[in-house]
Amino acid sequence: MFKESTRDIQKVEKGSVPAVPEQTRPGPVYTPAVDIFENDDRISVLADMPGVKAQDLKIDLRENVLTLSGHVAAPESTNEASFLREYDAGTYFRQFTLSEVIDQTKIDAKLTDGVLKLELPKLERAKPRQITVKTN
Amino acid sequence: MLLRRVWPSRPAFENPFAEFDQLRREMLRVFDAVTGDGGREISAGVFPPINITQDDSNFYVRAEVPGIKAKDLSISALRNRVSISGKREIPQDNEHVSYHRKERAEGAFSRTLTLPGEVAADRVEARYSDGILALTLPKAEEAKPRQIAVAT
Repeated sequence: MFKESTRDIQKVEKGSVPAVPEQTRPGPVYTPAVDIFENDDRISVLADMPGVKAQDLKIDLRENVLTLSGHVAAPESTNEASFLREYDAGTYFRQFTLSEVIDQTKIDAKLTDGVLKLELPKLERAKPRQITVKTN
Repeated sequence: MLLRRVWPSRPAFENPFAEFDQLRREMLRVFDAVTGDGGREISAGVFPPINITQDDSNFYVRAEVPGIKAKDLSISALRNRVSISGKREIPQDNEHVSYHRKERAEGAFSRTLTLPGEVAADRVEARYSDGILALTLPKAEEAKPRQIAVAT
């Protein structure tokens, strides 16, 4: 039974992070699951942030620290009674330190279906250069 | 409310049980590692996480399913059961990348929920936005609470 279920997606428990000093809203703070990959000219970040609307998402890059934060308001109306609860609305928060020098003017962010896609192009001088060896 | 104002940076005061909850999860993780069968909590270990609420006329089912195309979701309702299934695929943009983190899972999922009352299956509405699937399931007439007037 368990063997069979390995093909299915397992729910990763939303990880709570300890109190963040910047946090100004009450409520739980969650760490979004991310994929980070890079190639020669850009670093891409994909983050699962279900429920976040574009206007509630903040992306901040300073001093090589990339901060993602997004707030989700509870969608339930007040007269709804809850009888199964497996997730809660709250704030998504995650920080990364980037090693490469990022061209801040060309950062591109897209939010589709609760997934944030960030494209962080590297600065020209940070790109690896192929050096050809000349022979006489 | 007052606590929030006095200690704005200490959420522990708002939820004194958060640490217990964390501890409980840690314990379960240890158990999983020992038994090696990936034993699961009642509500965890399944995808997607689902919330169910109700008011007088409807049941509401909400699920966190980020990054899934609406056409890849299939929902069916019959009597007091609702099934949600689908598949999440993460497109591989290009080959020449090196991964620093890969935490997002892909694959198929399927869940069947039993509601405490029957629903009018022909009037179920489903909406998908911002990675949240929201179902509104009107209660069948016989499952609705009835206001009974007391005759005098």
